[in-house]
Amino acid sequence: MIRFITAVGHSTLQLLTSLGRASLLLLAMLRGLPSVLKRPRLLIDQMHSVGVLTISIVSISGLFVGMVLALQSHHILSRFGADSALGLMVAAALIRELGPVLSALLFTGRAGSALTAEIGLMKATEQLSSLEMMAVNPKYHILAPRFLASFLSVPLLAALFSSLGVLGGWLVGGVILGVDEAAFWGGMQGGIDLRNDLINGVIKSITFGFVCAWIAIYQGYDCVPTSEGVSRATTRTVVQTSMAVLGLDFILTALMFNH
Amino acid sequence: MDQLRQNSLVRIRNLHFSHGDRVIFDGIDMDIPHGQITAIMGPSGTGKTTLLKLIAGQLVPDIGTIEVDGHDIQRLPTSQLYKLRMRMGMLFQSGALLTDLDVFDNVAFPLREHTRLNNAMIRKLVLLKLEAVGLRGARHLMPAELSGGMARRVALARAIALDPMMMMYDEPFSGQDPISMGVLVQLIRQLNRAAHISSILVSHDIHETLQIADYIYMIDGGKIISQGAPQSLQTQQDAWTDQFIQGRPDGPVAFHYAAPPLADDLLESAP
Repeated sequence: MIRFITAVGHSTLQLLTSLGRASLLLLAMLRGLPSVLKRPRLLIDQMHSVGVLTISIVSISGLFVGMVLALQSHHILSRFGADSALGLMVAAALIRELGPVLSALLFTGRAGSALTAEIGLMKATEQLSSLEMMAVNPKYHILAPRFLASFLSVPLLAALFSSLGVLGGWLVGGVILGVDEAAFWGGMQGGIDLRNDLINGVIKSITFGFVCAWIAIYQGYDCVPTSEGVSRATTRTVVQTSMAVLGLDFILTALMFNH
Repeated sequence: MDQLRQNSLVRIRNLHFSHGDRVIFDGIDMDIPHGQITAIMGPSGTGKTTLLKLIAGQLVPDIGTIEVDGHDIQRLPTSQLYKLRMRMGMLFQSGALLTDLDVFDNVAFPLREHTRLNNAMIRKLVLLKLEAVGLRGARHLMPAELSGGMARRVALARAIALDPMMMMYDEPFSGQDPISMGVLVQLIRQLNRAAHISSILVSHDIHETLQIADYIYMIDGGKIISQGAPQSLQTQQDAWTDQFIQGRPDGPVAFHYAAPPLADDLLESAP
């Protein structure tokens, strides 16, 4: 029993210490944001590496998710003669849930894990230490631009995911299955609400962007600087971000759509 | 020795430092004089690199003080510490070049960060620094294309880009072929003699260190075991120093890791 209590206490303390370190790092990165804005080149390079290079995987996934969604929804809706609601169904599911959540998960797999590995290896090869020795704060110069780039990229990628998902839905619903196009687009236009759907979706993806960026960078910066340490940190980034995104999605959905 | 203490650039007093339960330094006093090459030697794992990080303010001592050029490193606010670091150069064991920049941009990095020089002037300075380490022709290469010795020379050019008052070398000779080693020995000596850069050299390569150091501290087990000019250390009768300098496998530093007698171990059936 004593051993159990000790173990619980130990892991709670570790969790709290880790949260404390992550919060301090976050504060330091936020303090570094003005210096990033002064040197936009740093931000542009990172936007390219974490954002632009993720476009292909997000686009393809969005397209296929939209197509599958249309196929499945059409199958059920047509049973009730409601296939004219297909456009609304596809768009609402994408904008409210699938766009923000799946693009955040894809971002973590493609860019978040790479960020953790990159920062971890920079630590292992003493690049971060060498920056400190050159009187350059690595939190401002390396971490803050990556944080801001990830934070900005996720909502943009979510928008792309949802747009291509709608296109995929139309390809399957409108072009292949022959759902009336006026009903498809008209239903979507009439049913999607700016505040309820679009803004809530954007709020979700902004939140997920923040979480993805914070976890990936913290794990890289805090990892044990060995090959095993970096590999573990990369795994932790993917697992923790996925859990956080899914958990937060439930909480946000409950808050936003609980009329 | 007294003169050395008065003229010291780095003054370490009663330094205690531990990593978790492991004591790294247990009351060390050390003076690094201006304009000389001071070597810190000792077996692997004695905390020589940790000492450089403590001097640079990257780590904080548990007890004791470290003064660099009259400033108490622990008490300096971050902005002041960074200003002081601009006057220190450190050559890391791995070189620690920024892997996404080529050789030229690596050397230009500190100049771009800390000066308002125009690009033409930065180009001239970078070429001069690269010329000093013999790698002007390699300026377009990426760090991954360099050999270990070349990477260290580029890192050296980067470390002296801002003309520091002192240089810290972390195991500059380890893993180098004889030619690269000779080049590095020559560069370190030239920088010290010609540019009057005070140098702290952490190493366990006896031959090279004895060649260029003006004063040597030997540390082991968290304490200074012996110190002095290279000639005096070579003739010293202290058994530990003698074993280290001569590279004898057994002596005060035992060949065997502590274990029960071999016969007991062999006769025992349990693992």
